Amino acid sequence: MFDTLTGRLDDIFTRLRGRGRLSEKQVDEVLREIRLALLEADVSLKVVKAFVKDVKERAEGAEIHKSLTPAQQVIKLVSAALIDVLGHEAVGLEHSSRLPRVLLIAGLQGSGKTTAAAKLARLIKSDGRRPLLAACDLRRPAAVRQLQLLGEQVEVPVYAEEGAPDPVAVAGNALAHSREEGFSDLIVDTAGRMHVDKELMAELGSVAQRVDPTEILLVCDAMTGQDAVNVAESFVAEVDVTGVILTKLDGDARGGAALSMAYVTGRPIKFAGVGEKLADLEPFHPDRMVSRILGMGDVLTLIEKAESVFDESEAMAMEEKLRKAEFTFDDFLSQLKALRKMGPMSQVLGMMPGMGKLSIGGDEVEAQLPRVEAIIHSMTSQERNDPAIIKGSRRSRIARGSGTSVQEVNKLVKQFDEVKKLMKMMSGGKGGPRLPKGFKLPPGVGI
Amino acid sequence: MPEGIIPELLIVLALVLLIAGVVVATRRRPKREGVATKEDIEAVEPAVETKAEPERPTQEVIETPSLVTAEPVARPTLRERLGKSRKFLGDRLADAFRGAPDDATWDDVEAALIQADIGIGAATKIVEDLRSKARERKVTEAGEVRSLLGEQLVELFDTDRDRALGFASDGPPVWLVVGVNGTGKTTTIGKLARDLSERGRSVALAAADTFRAAADEQLGIWAERTGSVLIKHQPGADPGAVAYDALQHVRAKGVDVLIVDTAGRLHTKTPLMDELGKVRRVIEKESPVQESLLVIDATAGQNGLVQAREFAEATGVTGIVLTKLDGTAKGGIALAIENELGIPIKLIGVGEGLEDLEPFDPKTYVDALLT
Repeated sequence: MFDTLTGRLDDIFTRLRGRGRLSEKQVDEVLREIRLALLEADVSLKVVKAFVKDVKERAEGAEIHKSLTPAQQVIKLVSAALIDVLGHEAVGLEHSSRLPRVLLIAGLQGSGKTTAAAKLARLIKSDGRRPLLAACDLRRPAAVRQLQLLGEQVEVPVYAEEGAPDPVAVAGNALAHSREEGFSDLIVDTAGRMHVDKELMAELGSVAQRVDPTEILLVCDAMTGQDAVNVAESFVAEVDVTGVILTKLDGDARGGAALSMAYVTGRPIKFAGVGEKLADLEPFHPDRMVSRILGMGDVLTLIEKAESVFDESEAMAMEEKLRKAEFTFDDFLSQLKALRKMGPMSQVLGMMPGMGKLSIGGDEVEAQLPRVEAIIHSMTSQERNDPAIIKGSRRSRIARGSGTSVQEVNKLVKQFDEVKKLMKMMSGGKGGPRLPKGFKLPPGVGI
Repeated sequence: MPEGIIPELLIVLALVLLIAGVVVATRRRPKREGVATKEDIEAVEPAVETKAEPERPTQEVIETPSLVTAEPVARPTLRERLGKSRKFLGDRLADAFRGAPDDATWDDVEAALIQADIGIGAATKIVEDLRSKARERKVTEAGEVRSLLGEQLVELFDTDRDRALGFASDGPPVWLVVGVNGTGKTTTIGKLARDLSERGRSVALAAADTFRAAADEQLGIWAERTGSVLIKHQPGADPGAVAYDALQHVRAKGVDVLIVDTAGRLHTKTPLMDELGKVRRVIEKESPVQESLLVIDATAGQNGLVQAREFAEATGVTGIVLTKLDGTAKGGIALAIENELGIPIKLIGVGEGLEDLEPFDPKTYVDALLT
């Protein structure tokens, strides 16, 4: 699971060390790893093939930078190629000279269209505009009601026709209504449809024709697998998709579908759904997605998650303690609680670049946590604040109390001390940090 | 704040390094006697369980072996419904097996398997096995290789497995339906309710999705259409309480089956997964949960396996419902789930209609993929 691309590439280059240039054999071997990494991330095979070919061409003409290891160099190449597909920066909504600006939301069933529509309405409203939501999903039971409730929550009016059978007519009426009432934006929610359902796809085309949207946003679940390419192709063939909304990005899927979608549609991914709350819609950051797809960790997301669970002032105080090596076991326990709110350890570890080097799984870490906690709980508060006093009889008492062994207690105390030293060094920022044996500091962790 | 340091991240790093160090250390040491590890505890558990619940009702198999309705002739076969899948994989294989197989042939087979979301690791292994099998049996004919591949894919499923939904010998069975957002839980429940009521069983639906806007109304419409009873609370209510009330209701009124709808949740959200575990425990205090059905979207990629693992841990998943097989997605990840986690695929969803839910049959499924 933590067999990251960087790790695997490092292995290749260690085996072939000493060469100044990338040989063709090396390049091929590297490309195979990249192909694997992309497929494991659910990038569609078709896209992988085209992409790998592109990278190969770039690699052949690439200059060798002395300051980079071959692995870093290839990663750089691949990242650049990925960013070329995903876009260089976040792209917002198109402007429109006409009022209202019409945004049409389309996608498969269950991709998150209705939620995305409400989130988008909220975002547009926060820009000081006056959006109207139109409920044109007349198929799914209670879909209209769902949009109405979400509209109430984001305080955006919803145009709906009770019992109307034809989404094209409703969309047309919504447009007329929004013109009359002077709304700035009309967001049209449509029913989920299978891309192979000819009738429903044609219906989508008719809705688009009726409202002539500025944006047609295709909603795609970040967990989608190989099928993303078929979905994108079918929707693009039917309507003029102008952008993609990637939803459920707060899970732990690598999100290769993003690459497939962007590649096939040739359109930018504009927004990312990152949570169940209606404020959880963000501009899409291509650079973060690159790290995620390549399994290189996702430090930015990790930081954001960390920020959401740790109290800021508390974190500052804690940082101060870490810097001065005053971090105690009590602090450890309280911070651990917050850490666990960030999700399963496997996910947290997965976001840390370079953690693959540890060759341990998050599940293993998770399994050990109760033992670590038990040991700390069996310490007196004096011991927690000053672990140095934990010697002979204290050790065996703690081991008995926690149902562990003296060796385990020893190890924890020792490890705690080492990490304290390490943190002091890291935050001191003087000289390169020396890491305890077996650890490699993840790159880019803010030193 | 010193430049470049994000306090929160530093803390996370400190904690992770610390715990990771301890894990590495413990792993290097052989297991000690007298210290119960997680595995030990788990190994003991089944025995304890049987002792504690000797009266656990045996499961009775649903009498009609399937969910197929009265007039199967009028309905399209799975093969037809999986038409898109079949055409896709079938064409590829037809091309691949023209003439004697060479490297490109095997690459094509592998590609087809990867595109079915079976996973790169599994696809590579299947092709390797297939190649050596073909060599052993000196197979060169296209048709033969195809049936060999079919054989091999079917072997990945346990064909003797009981895929019927569980019924209790006493009292109404409780079926819990779980999954990530947007996989089709509520729709699946509607289809299940329709099948049960058609076969003369009374059904109660518990709207334990109290989070999503109008989720209870959506389930209510299904209840109306299928003549089932709906038990619901206010939006935002405790889902465990809804399940509990529903259980009391079915007992008092003598309803035959209780199906509990739950809110979609990402498996990475620990508090939400804990909540799901609680719903299950609330029910189990009163009555065993016969089925905990995980609904997986056929379009799901490799993350489906992670989902299944997490949901299995939280709610002891007893079966998979593979939905949205009427598109071009093949749902190959379900194969990985059954193969790696031993959770059987029990039902498949093949359309938006109320009758579009079918029992899963490995042979038909593989056949539909390869024909």
